Amino acid sequence: MSEVTLRPAHQAPSAPTLDMSTRLGSVTFPNPVFTASGCAAAGQELDQFFDISELGAIVTKSIMLAPRSGRATPRMAETPSGMLNSIGLQGPGIDAFLDKDLAWLASRGARTVVSIAGGSVEDYAKLTTKLRGRPGLAMIEVNISCPNVEDRGQVFACDPAAAASVISAVKRAAPTGVPVFAKLSPDVTDIASIARACVDAGADGLSVINTLLGMVIDTDTMRPALGGVTGGLSGPAIRPVAVRCVWQIRQALPDIPILGMGGIRTGLDALEFVLAGANAVSVGTTVFGDPRAPIRVLDELARALSDRGFERFEDAIGLAHKPPVLYVPEDPDPIGDEPAVVFHPSVAFEGDG
Amino acid sequence: MPVQVQGEVLSMRKVGAYHAMTVVAPGMAELTRPGHFLAVQVGGPESSMLLRRAFAIYDVKARGVYGGTVEFIFSVHGKGTAWLAARRPQDKLDLVGPLGQPFKLPTHPATAMLVGGGYGSAPLLPLAATLRQRGCRVDFVLGAASADRLFGQLDAKRIATSIEVTTDDGSMGRRGRVSDVLPALLDRSGSEVVYACGPMAMLKAVTEISSERQIPCQVAVEEAMACGIGVCMTCVLPVIGDDGQTRMVRSCVEGPVFLGDRVRWDDVGTLPPDVVGSLNAVGDSHR
Ligand SMILES: Cc1cc2nc3c(=O)[nH]c(=O)nc-3n(C[C@H](O)[C@H](O)[C@H](O)COP(=O)(O)O)c2cc1C
Ligand code: FES
Repeated sequence: MSEVTLRPAHQAPSAPTLDMSTRLGSVTFPNPVFTASGCAAAGQELDQFFDISELGAIVTKSIMLAPRSGRATPRMAETPSGMLNSIGLQGPGIDAFLDKDLAWLASRGARTVVSIAGGSVEDYAKLTTKLRGRPGLAMIEVNISCPNVEDRGQVFACDPAAAASVISAVKRAAPTGVPVFAKLSPDVTDIASIARACVDAGADGLSVINTLLGMVIDTDTMRPALGGVTGGLSGPAIRPVAVRCVWQIRQALPDIPILGMGGIRTGLDALEFVLAGANAVSVGTTVFGDPRAPIRVLDELARALSDRGFERFEDAIGLAHKPPVLYVPEDPDPIGDEPAVVFHPSVAFEGDG
Repeated sequence: MPVQVQGEVLSMRKVGAYHAMTVVAPGMAELTRPGHFLAVQVGGPESSMLLRRAFAIYDVKARGVYGGTVEFIFSVHGKGTAWLAARRPQDKLDLVGPLGQPFKLPTHPATAMLVGGGYGSAPLLPLAATLRQRGCRVDFVLGAASADRLFGQLDAKRIATSIEVTTDDGSMGRRGRVSDVLPALLDRSGSEVVYACGPMAMLKAVTEISSERQIPCQVAVEEAMACGIGVCMTCVLPVIGDDGQTRMVRSCVEGPVFLGDRVRWDDVGTLPPDVVGSLNAVGDSHR
């Protein structure tokens, strides 16, 4: 996070020289907007709606060693500004995934973040070993936080020691030059301590957040609405929780890259995560309602940054943690009234609570 | 390949208990085949309803004064469909379509039986027109709970060689279910192929009756869908593949049209132990 120079008031926005690139560990991505694991399959379906290689990266659905059926239906319930899902990590298994999906993504020129999930530390190590030497692999996201498993004790991200043992096993097996990110659950008392345990175990960065464990009861059948009884809550409903998690981790670990997500629907939502400390963002549930959402969010984020006078995306990362800065919105009518000056006062006023 | 378009409502009409909505959606009509569906955003840009609502495509017009249009039929189930029902001409509507696999057409002029339950008849009417163009004989059975829940019986009458109507309450046609009359109708018409769309229980019954007579039966299922485009894995059914193995298959991409005898109807909503990768498999170590 470098020093920030903001455009003086009234100066026209500079030519489109905005540098959107972002560094996550040893890898530089052309822009910071990714898909979210489990919300974009392996990119092929979304490629019908926009060129997926224009995104920073595609994050694939968490893959396990063996083919897996997932849970019984119904697997989803819409909730206010969100949804519950209980997919249960359905997938073809790592071998079919590598030969078909990752190969296709590589041929498409997309940067791929492969998300892996296992039932044991050994599973994670085996999965990682299989990723060695695979073209198209930009990063590994270690899903230690899926709520859709039978045994909550299997959620490694709820226990610092368990999380650390998975991450160090993956790090040992991971190809060099490929960052390893730990994906964390918000369903913990102190997310920063889990984050720290993962980083101490070698994680190059953190993906936050996975879904929150939730439940809906169908008042007609008077039974749980989901086949799996409980499910993961996602969408704008969880955004403030996610922004808080990013904020807390950024505060605890000022130099660790964060991939932020949770209910991002617009470029300004993405900017919130970035200001809280995210080095990149994933767009998940919003894709279900708007298949073009990731590319739209990228455009909107770029515009929001230009409007605020940024020339480099990375200058915005974690800015909300810094002393207040002046932001003068573009004056739509330069000859008319003076523009409103928006600033964050560094003094408190009476009645502000 | 589906398109995402900002459509404009052209007209709304009430058909019995249902609503029929026609939307100007450039580029969609040309791509649509009978059995395809579309997915509609509901609630406006700031909606708290994030998921699209999926409907079978009923009528399409590739060209017209207004450009291509698509029409679909729906009933009000909840807040999303209530919002849709309140749309008026010129309102904007975000549509994605056409989606899914359409009905497969016979290569020769076969005799076809089309079975619709409720507004499940919507995709069958354009199918009937297409089949007729190919010289097929078309017979219809339409069923619903009551007369106001039938859809398209007049259109069907025009297109078909024969039509039989059933209602649960006897308010129109024969009292009973389509499955009560279907066996005799198949035998009488000499049907060589069956197409069906409607509630799961009806599709199961139609499949069983067709299978007993060794008549191939294609069904269009209605599953709860979060995305409609194949990325979320919410819409799965246990379906037997060409290799004899059962997999949890996406009804939005591999369906909504399936061969009826490939769907394991009794296992819908469960996780059979012999599904590939089943979490309920005996002796599975990682659950
Ligand atoms: C249907 C669905 C499936 C998901 N599957 C996965 C998964 O396989 N692995 C994973 O790490 N996260 C998974 N997630 C969580 C998302 O990647 C993301 O962390 C979460 O949904 C919050 O972001 P959002 O509100 O933008 O969706 C899934 C979410 C949804 C809605
Ligand atoms: S509805 Fe999302 S995969 Fe079918």
